[in-house]
Amino acid sequence: MTELLLIFISTLLINNFVLSYFLGICPFLGVSGKIESAIGMGLAVTFVMTLATSISWLIYHLILVKFNLLFLQYVIFILVIASLVQMVEMFIRKFSSGLYQALGIYLPLITTNCAILGAALFMVSRNYSFLESVVFGFSGGLGFSLVLLVMAGIRQELEDADVPRVFKGVPLTLITAGLLALIFMGFSGLFSSI
Amino acid sequence: MNNRDNFLKGLWSEHPVFRQLLGMCPTLAVTTSAKNGLYMGMAVIFVLTFSSLVVSLIKKIVPNQVRIAVYTVIIATFVTVVDIFFKAYIPDMSRQLGPYLPLIIVNCIILGRCEAFASKNNLKKSTIDALGMSAGFTWGLFVLGSIRELFGSGMILGFTILGKNYNPLIVMILPAGAFIVLGLLVAGMNRLEQK
Repeated sequence: MTELLLIFISTLLINNFVLSYFLGICPFLGVSGKIESAIGMGLAVTFVMTLATSISWLIYHLILVKFNLLFLQYVIFILVIASLVQMVEMFIRKFSSGLYQALGIYLPLITTNCAILGAALFMVSRNYSFLESVVFGFSGGLGFSLVLLVMAGIRQELEDADVPRVFKGVPLTLITAGLLALIFMGFSGLFSSI
Repeated sequence: MNNRDNFLKGLWSEHPVFRQLLGMCPTLAVTTSAKNGLYMGMAVIFVLTFSSLVVSLIKKIVPNQVRIAVYTVIIATFVTVVDIFFKAYIPDMSRQLGPYLPLIIVNCIILGRCEAFASKNNLKKSTIDALGMSAGFTWGLFVLGSIRELFGSGMILGFTILGKNYNPLIVMILPAGAFIVLGLLVAGMNRLEQK
């Protein structure tokens, strides 16, 4: 249990997907302009990432390792993610129109979100057990949503700020992300006290 | 557009990192040193060139509805080739780049060029476009890696530049430094554009 909690907190705060692994930077720069879209994207990523790590774990350990097909790992993972996103989209559209309206436009974008494939690859390279992988995927998505939300809040304020023209938009967003990364580094002292 | 302009646009006017802001994840993650940036760039040159080549060859056979899936599988195949090559011949670099090498699969530059260019142009044009874009990506990574290595450790490509008494700015090789340096570089590019 302690192990799972450690994975949860370290993935959520200390080794945040966006701020320390640089995963999912494209949607981070793209949709962090508005709080509503940040929430939608965050939810969709958390959902898909949890599913993707669990299913990739099963396929990796039950099929690829067993039949010695590890060289197919990347091709299989990306196919799993792409078809998963497609299925989730169809499922949500059929059963929950409210959720579909909230997440719909973000779902297709997720296939090329490197955070999902990154989560699957990290899970394999760290030899996580099934339960650990699920927690890892879930907390990774949650950490992504958290940073996206914080960033969206800051960017909405920045829009009214008077900044030099060359810094408007992406440069300022990147520098703000750098400062956020510095702040999140403070969390790395969290475990020494336990 | 002639061949020369087609190649050069990737190096400057449509630079993938500084102008189009594509492929941010490897750009920020592996540029802790100039050398890592160079190797990452070379991997991307290989993958992008061959994926563009294949996509351009099969563009008429692939049904429109499944084209993205097909492109992704083609890209994943070439990335697997590079990954196995790196593991076999330069295992140290393979360890340094870690999961960021396989993450080339979801690098938006590759899928972006396949979809926006190679699927609409002939073999020669697509290859030239891919070479230009990936060369542009490589120099972007090299510059970013050099700046971070220079201030973060006083060296470039392992050669001491700033002298023994230089007190390294550790933050430059940490994630925060990556964001800040890239932000300043993009702002600098905007400034050049304005003139």
